Amino acid sequence: MTKKLTLEKRQNLIGWAILLPATLLIFIFCFYPMLQAILLSFKRGNNASERWVGFQNYTRLFKDKVFLECLFNTVFYFVIQVPIMLVLALILAQLLNNPKLKGKGIFRTMIFLPCATSLVSYSMIFKSLFASNGFINTMLSWINIAPIDWFNKTWPARFVVIIALVWRWTGYNMVFYIAGLQNIENSIYEAATIDGCGAYKKFTKITIPLLKPTILLTAIMSTSGTLQLFDESVNLTAGGPGKATMTLAHYIYSTTFENTPNFNYAAAISVFILVCISILSFIQMKVGDKRD
Amino acid sequence: MIKNKGLIASYIVLGIFSFLSVFPLYYMFCGATNPSIDIIRGKLIPGTYLLENLKTLLDNQNLLLALWNSVKNSVIVTVLTLLVCSLAGYGFEIFHDKYKDRLMSVLLIAMMLPFVATIVPLFKMFSKMHLINSTAALILPTISTPFMIMLFRQSARSFPHDIIEASRLEGLGEIRIFFTMFIPVMRSTYGAAATVTFMNAWNSYLWPKIIFQSNESITMPMLVANLKGGYFVDYGMLMLGVLICTLPTAIIFLALQKSFANGITGAVK
Repeated sequence: MTKKLTLEKRQNLIGWAILLPATLLIFIFCFYPMLQAILLSFKRGNNASERWVGFQNYTRLFKDKVFLECLFNTVFYFVIQVPIMLVLALILAQLLNNPKLKGKGIFRTMIFLPCATSLVSYSMIFKSLFASNGFINTMLSWINIAPIDWFNKTWPARFVVIIALVWRWTGYNMVFYIAGLQNIENSIYEAATIDGCGAYKKFTKITIPLLKPTILLTAIMSTSGTLQLFDESVNLTAGGPGKATMTLAHYIYSTTFENTPNFNYAAAISVFILVCISILSFIQMKVGDKRD
Repeated sequence: MIKNKGLIASYIVLGIFSFLSVFPLYYMFCGATNPSIDIIRGKLIPGTYLLENLKTLLDNQNLLLALWNSVKNSVIVTVLTLLVCSLAGYGFEIFHDKYKDRLMSVLLIAMMLPFVATIVPLFKMFSKMHLINSTAALILPTISTPFMIMLFRQSARSFPHDIIEASRLEGLGEIRIFFTMFIPVMRSTYGAAATVTFMNAWNSYLWPKIIFQSNESITMPMLVANLKGGYFVDYGMLMLGVLICTLPTAIIFLALQKSFANGITGAVK
């Protein structure tokens, strides 16, 4: 009897031992820095001169024109790009789910292929495509449209960022929907066809409700991803013209490492992003949880 | 008749989106094999200028060093991630009790925390430890992720307990069971996890850019980002850099597409 107990104890200890490295790493390099960021955001000054300043860094945020512009850009990308991308991904997944369709694998591979490129790489490809002497303007000249100075005008620059983001991430989200659709019995669609439901009705009455958990997941991932956009802002547009396409993450980077570094202010922006992501995810979960 | 129309429309829509998805990559390939001046003119046929572009790239950037660093870092990160996270996932599932389950839900909170929000304290932490420019600083914050732990915990759930019991009766130690039984049986999960981790590690830019401040530790995405500088852009050289940075992940992607798709969607099923 005692031997069995020690065996169980032993196994329990081994269990703790093998999950310890991963757990410690997450505590030391994720939870602890997050806590530090929160503390930093209420302080000012470095090392010896460090002191508590309450909400000063936060009140400064809302008087900072650059911060407000970055916030606007990030929200703009979020509001415009995420819905376009998710709807496109859903439609493509639905089309690919048709059992009569031939060549599914090829279509899927091609649409998913942008995911193989690094964020820096595709930023560079789009930077060249939309350069003032780039391919898009050459194409416009073929049909007698005056070239557009994409990266030196506010709205065209934002447009390019959105196009690039949709290009890179639609296939990624589509793969989640394809996986989700595979769990829906095809007989449901067949029954709907017999009842005379058109493609649109099937899409809104069967696909969307049954895929709700997957849609929720992709929405939360995209929200978190969009609020953390960095590589594209740095490499595709360099945040310009002016700060017209700069994202919050890019602003954190430049406040931390460029000009006169201000760790405390950057930390306040970080915490702001954390709060935004938490609130948005919470809302999405509440909306997603609602039963019809 | 109507049905056929629907199917034809599907082909057209899918065809258009497939074309739009592939075109920028085809453009990159044309760019890498043509001189800059032809790319500006809008030439869309692969050319014969690849070697000249390669020579310019080698003259301007330390391509081989960047390739070596990227391969080295990505392999180390992938191996350590697989080891650390699969051990943890196995531990959380096979030896689970209510305390371990609770700890797991605490770890899942980390999934919601934006990485960008932790870079300032992380940078301070590593500079205090004098680890700036070190591989340790690059890999330590990236190897353990709740997503990967969950992926392996999920797969451990489908691992037959009979095998564990039988191995215990034969006198195999717990660690030995993990290495000789679990890993071989779960190789498809390992494949999926390896594909995703390697691609993420290869493509990562923000954290290496912060932590690597010397030219010695340049990685491929950093090299590509460097190519945009200057008033005059040599598109041939730029596109070749992009191509070289993309090729390894593109090959892995095309060869292990299914595995990659399972890796990104796996833990959430």
